[in-house]
Amino acid sequence: MNETAVRVRGLRKRYGDLDAVNGVDLDIPHGAVFALLGPNGAGKSTTVEILEGHRRRTGGEVSVLDVDPGRPTRDWRSRIGIVPQTSNEQPQLSVREMVRHFAGYYPAPRDPDEVVEAVGLTEKAGARLAQLSGGQRRRVDVALGIIGDPELLFLDEPTTGFDPDARRRFWKLIESLAGDGTTILLTTHYLDEAEALADRVGVIAGGRLVEVGTPRELGGRATAKARVSWTGPEGPQALETHSPTQVVSELSQKFDGEIPGLTVTRPTLEDTYLSMIGADR
Amino acid sequence: MTALAMPSTLRIGLSRGALELKSFVREREAVAFTFAVPIVLMLIFGTIFEGRIEGTNVDFRQYFAAGIIASGIASTTFISLGVGIAQERDDGTLKRLYGTPMPPAAYFIGKTASALVLSVAETVILFLLGGAMFGLRPPSTPERWFTLVWVFAAGVTVCTLLGIAVSSVPRSGRGAAAVLNVPYLVLQFISGVYFTFNELPSGVQQAGAIFPLKWICQGLRSALLPDTLLPAEPAHAWEHGRIALVLAAWGVAGFALCLTTFRWKRRDDG
Repeated sequence: MNETAVRVRGLRKRYGDLDAVNGVDLDIPHGAVFALLGPNGAGKSTTVEILEGHRRRTGGEVSVLDVDPGRPTRDWRSRIGIVPQTSNEQPQLSVREMVRHFAGYYPAPRDPDEVVEAVGLTEKAGARLAQLSGGQRRRVDVALGIIGDPELLFLDEPTTGFDPDARRRFWKLIESLAGDGTTILLTTHYLDEAEALADRVGVIAGGRLVEVGTPRELGGRATAKARVSWTGPEGPQALETHSPTQVVSELSQKFDGEIPGLTVTRPTLEDTYLSMIGADR
Repeated sequence: MTALAMPSTLRIGLSRGALELKSFVREREAVAFTFAVPIVLMLIFGTIFEGRIEGTNVDFRQYFAAGIIASGIASTTFISLGVGIAQERDDGTLKRLYGTPMPPAAYFIGKTASALVLSVAETVILFLLGGAMFGLRPPSTPERWFTLVWVFAAGVTVCTLLGIAVSSVPRSGRGAAAVLNVPYLVLQFISGVYFTFNELPSGVQQAGAIFPLKWICQGLRSALLPDTLLPAEPAHAWEHGRIALVLAAWGVAGFALCLTTFRWKRRDDG
């Protein structure tokens, strides 16, 4: 077995005159949680759908669990799980009926009741899908995505439209899946989500992967200058420095103790991200 | 890694059929739309129509009953599948299924199995109603029973295949019912459901004879109505060979269309 769950080289997808994906390289090791960040139309969903075997690529090499997703097989399908971006099916079926039915597609599914429990829907197991809230529907999507006990799980914008509480609970669920060794490829708009869940983050903009790193290092955040600001005799003052500790220490001596209005900040993931996708001004 | 045994396509297909039926009967609108419409039409027109077909001793309402049974088959297969699959394409059901190891054939087995069950149920209900209201009798000989079975089976097969094929035509799931009911309604009028086929203008007869509904109606009449009706049939004969030929041709065309045009995703979805 290859060490990487997902290997992409020079991936291209062309729609008419538009290069939606234009030369993406990507490696995701087994067991990793990888987040793909990017604005709408950046090529994020197109890339993921090519990896899922939903779209054909125009060019490049792609291997997902050692299989070319352009030629999906049943065996390969049984080893991946997909939580699609939107779903609004309205079958008059209960959560339990859906999960049990989908279990029948796989050679070695997880226990349906356990899966319903894992996504926190045990109390709603007998409820019809049409009666569930948006967040509960999303958990059914996850249940259907993991019922086959996949080695690799695709999550396409899983928490869009969630309230903050539902999002936190959802993150716990994803963390527990990752803890069990499932490789996860997540796309999201939310930087805090990428930061909370992912080992590594890739930023996609204009059809290209502009950077890949840990959430901490992304865009040189770890080594970026810190901004020290305080209120001096002439009003607010600020200084950008690689050695904020020394600056603070010197200021402390100068003020003989407490420094008025002291803050030390580094660029947030959001600042870094916005500058990377060219949305900063 | 050793490959684990995959569940069989047939088993998944039948499991899908059971799931589809369960979902269908819980959806009151769908039941009302595809299942009850032919029954209501039978009740309404059955009370309006009267008299015997010219040149025969056959009650027109029995002629109409055979036609409405054919329409019922078209409703539970062509309309029900065409609309249902268009909606499933629109709401992401098909895309989700495509992303699982479910074999595509299992989806069609499930659709066909559920359509077959609904068609049998619809036919039995319409037949019993026709019997109670207009004195429609079961086939009188084993040969006629055989005719009923093969015409029914061929009709269900053809309309199922065409329903699957036509599901790719509507642009959205919402508009599907409207789009599909136009040809369905027109065909009922030109195929000998509401009017005696033989009394339609010859141009209309020729148009009707192109499509399968006319031949299903004629086949069912040949199983359910007496030979004394023959003077009112266009060829003064039941034309079983021609019925089989036309339905077979539509079956082949429908199957080819299914294989070439079926889409698992919406048009705007890459």
